[in-house]
Amino acid sequence: MASLLFYILGFIMLTATLLCITRRNPVHAVIYLVVGFFALALMFYLLGAPLVAAWEVIVYAGAIMVLFLFIIMMLGLAPQELPEGPNWHRWGPLVLLSSSLMACTLLLIFQDPAATEIIGTYYLAPQELGEALFGRYALAVEVVSFQLLFASIGAYMLGRSLPKEDDES
Amino acid sequence: MNDLLITLLLILVKLGLIFGVVLGMAAYLVLAERKILGRMQLRYGPNRVGPGGMIQPMCDVIKLITKEDFIPDRADKWVFLFAPGLTALTALLSFAVVPFAPPLHLFGREIPMVVCDLNVGVLYIFGLSSLAVYGVVLGGWASNSKYSLIGAVRSMAQLISYELALGLALVPVIMTAKSFSLTEIVMSQADWPNLLRHPLAFIIFMIAVAAESKRTPFDMPEAENEIVGGFHTEYSGMRFGLFFVGEYISLIVIGAMTTVFFLGGWHGPFLPPVVWFVMKVLFVAFLFIWARGSMPRPRYDQLMHFGWKVLLPLGLVNVVITGAVLVALNG
Repeated sequence: MASLLFYILGFIMLTATLLCITRRNPVHAVIYLVVGFFALALMFYLLGAPLVAAWEVIVYAGAIMVLFLFIIMMLGLAPQELPEGPNWHRWGPLVLLSSSLMACTLLLIFQDPAATEIIGTYYLAPQELGEALFGRYALAVEVVSFQLLFASIGAYMLGRSLPKEDDES
Repeated sequence: MNDLLITLLLILVKLGLIFGVVLGMAAYLVLAERKILGRMQLRYGPNRVGPGGMIQPMCDVIKLITKEDFIPDRADKWVFLFAPGLTALTALLSFAVVPFAPPLHLFGREIPMVVCDLNVGVLYIFGLSSLAVYGVVLGGWASNSKYSLIGAVRSMAQLISYELALGLALVPVIMTAKSFSLTEIVMSQADWPNLLRHPLAFIIFMIAVAAESKRTPFDMPEAENEIVGGFHTEYSGMRFGLFFVGEYISLIVIGAMTTVFFLGGWHGPFLPPVVWFVMKVLFVAFLFIWARGSMPRPRYDQLMHFGWKVLLPLGLVNVVITGAVLVALNG
């Protein structure tokens, strides 16, 4: 049952992501990406990590994609015509990256074709995750949060030093 | 197998009950709001249909259904059609984790009075409330009208800003209950409601939640005297009705959340637990209707400044103080 759900979710996620990158209308692309994030969140839940699933929905689907939509609407991005023909200067690195990712995935599948190691091996309770994040990995969490702080201060400075110019953020 | 069947049946019964009760309450809250607002503005409110206007909600529904379902030219048709449903759906789904009474013992089984007692219930509600913005935003964008787009952009900025304060206001509650489960949060308030333990968090929560649900002091996204109707300007008939019903369902959700997080849930003397729960929910709903009758709307920049420069720091300070007190109490 759980592995069936896993494959259904995987199919939804891949389809949604594929649709997301092929849409010309940016708002439609965002909607498909949100659908993909949902499938991903459910998959986390299936893998025994409800807290990560909730974060996926709250942070990615609920906050970051809303900010994407905000930018799209503020800039009034219209659907654009794509340049004809593949442009290998632009697409080459992307193809390289995704094909290596694909190779890794295939390798994983061949190593364990029955997928016995995937589902339900461990249930990660919210408390456990919190203790790991703020106990054992506290330093790493602090470093990352300071980086975010620097980034936001930097963004603020950049926005401040160029008042009333083109409102691209 | 039999056990599984009974569990499934119980869940279906609970879902049906919640659906019926919440929709009925939403319909009559509209009437209550119109009547209370009428009294506050020295007029009667609806009083013609049925005794004291009691059948008015039915008439409103019939009117909305029989109206033309209008789709503007050059609107993004599919997004325009599903956006109102999304608003009503996210509001309704929040009820899945709200416990409205202590577990019932019937025929040797323990029946929890909640559809699904998730151990990340608080985060589930957050997730849904952050998704509720999509209905409004996509509806406003898809209408292809300037007023709708302004309403959509406003609601997006407002919801993102106040969601942070909302989350921070709930952190002290979670810290004292030591759980994300709504049932356990209610259990932790058996002797003291959180309103007395975390008064500052309660105030922040009420303000943030009013902004989240676009209730009147914060109804900039639909400010009818500046931008016509904001995101729902182009909607008509039952699609407008869905936005409208969604708004009132979310008013009940707010009442239920306030009750669970701060007013002690179903706890109370003498009366049965469900009665206490419903009374508290209705009281919170009345507070919001009262605020609508007596508060002016701030300017948009005042709203954003208040959210980021007052509520957010206050919430952070509150979390730090609560943490310090808890550590001191536990030795």
